[in-house]
Amino acid sequence: MDADITLRVDGAPRRLTVDTRTTLLDALRERLGATSPKKGCDHGQCGACTVLSGGQRVLSCLTLAVTQDGAEVVTADGLPAAAAADGRLADGDLHPVQRAFIDCDAFQCGYCTPGQVVSAVGMLDEFARGWPSAVTRGTAEPRLGRAEVAERMSGNLCRCGAYATIVPAVQQAAAATGRPAAGVEVAG
Amino acid sequence: MRPFDYRSPADAATAVRSVAADPTAVFLGGGTNLVDHLKLGVVEPGLVVGLAGLLPAEVQELDGGALRIGAGVSNSELAADPRVRERFPVLSQALLSGASGQLRNMATTGGNPLQRTRCVYFQDVTTPCNKRTPGSGCSAIGGWTRNHAILGASEQCVAVHPSDMAVALAALDARVRVLGPDGERTIPFVGLHRLPGDAPQRDTVLEHGELITAIDLPADPIARRSAYRKVRDRASYAFALVSVAAAVDIEDGVIMDARIAFGGVAHAPWRAYRAEEVLRGAAAADGTYRAAADAELAAARPVEGLDGGNAFKIPLLRRTLTATLRDLAREESR
Repeated sequence: MDADITLRVDGAPRRLTVDTRTTLLDALRERLGATSPKKGCDHGQCGACTVLSGGQRVLSCLTLAVTQDGAEVVTADGLPAAAAADGRLADGDLHPVQRAFIDCDAFQCGYCTPGQVVSAVGMLDEFARGWPSAVTRGTAEPRLGRAEVAERMSGNLCRCGAYATIVPAVQQAAAATGRPAAGVEVAG
Repeated sequence: MRPFDYRSPADAATAVRSVAADPTAVFLGGGTNLVDHLKLGVVEPGLVVGLAGLLPAEVQELDGGALRIGAGVSNSELAADPRVRERFPVLSQALLSGASGQLRNMATTGGNPLQRTRCVYFQDVTTPCNKRTPGSGCSAIGGWTRNHAILGASEQCVAVHPSDMAVALAALDARVRVLGPDGERTIPFVGLHRLPGDAPQRDTVLEHGELITAIDLPADPIARRSAYRKVRDRASYAFALVSVAAAVDIEDGVIMDARIAFGGVAHAPWRAYRAEEVLRGAAAADGTYRAAADAELAAARPVEGLDGGNAFKIPLLRRTLTATLRDLAREESR
């Protein structure tokens, strides 16, 4: 059974006809040439397929493309353009989270990295909105120490085990974007 | 995956009629469990009815501090709602202890309680499972038992309900608002989920086509002093081995009232009424907490299996309840 959908992917309007069984991940990778989201487990257990839909981080492998008609989807590839469009970045620059991952050498094989980067962008936005995590105590504003970053990023697995550099990269990016107001414990 | 039709109706009543009229139809909420099941072949619907945008997505204030949570509210938004964090901390904590940031953004209030067991045999279509294929047998009994039930199971099924949110809602005496082809009804949350008995294929009392539209949290001052504690095989992003949702009212070292529910131990979120009876009127002390756990766990029947069985859950749950209540009592005395 086919369905016609229109969505914006990394700023560009795209129209396509999809089989209703197609996931957003497969539509992006196989139909639209957007290959930065990766197929890791394909069952929502690894986070490699993370994209932003409507500004929120979601798993594209557990999202049917047909439910995304009219959606604004941003992949790791489109993060700099999305930030530039908001006036937060000069054209041609990397997104601060991408820059921090390079600075901190926050990957080994790199397969999980686009999902990690998109997830970190979504996570920092959630943090800036004051959303708590499972390790946040009470209702005071938390600081982005190691425990907070690890908990908030726990949906992104790295089989190389590069967490020792991913956590500092996320903390550096939080500091670089001027968020959150509550401050960042870089050594935390 | 078998082909299916997809519809996204304009309103909830149309969605209900579409599903009620077609025995092969299913609702699609956040999709975090259903889309996985489509891939695995656990369900093979002929029609998928999308609910995005059809259900209320606000937390509405009711009289006296009660809240009505629209079924379309995401798990992440609900966990972050300042009213929920202040009046019902156990619910916010339970939500945040489940899944990951990405999944909580997708998962909905109506869908979370209806997610299905993560029993590995249920999810593997090559193995017998009475819940997936009634009458085919249970592979979990005598198999891998670590994640299975110790309370309320049957010879047909030892699966557990995986939701953390549901454990908190069971403790909070929440009520579920349901829309069906014949109109609306409200059911107590503790009556939503079934024990397996001889029909483990039925997780809940909902009829085909019935749709959760909202969940009400009654005003209850005791809920302000509440907590959720979850024990699992890794620190985050894993299902519970056991979990405890608890709310207590303690005055001068005496427990005036308590609400207790367990997760990870039964086919339904397990409201621990026997434990509550022991707690009410007793001294707020470790001995009381252990006695309360023992009263509830007297009915526990561990499953034997290749991995040594799951009797470990009995002392684990006793200690988890004790630790949860000890922390709440300390909070109370501050």
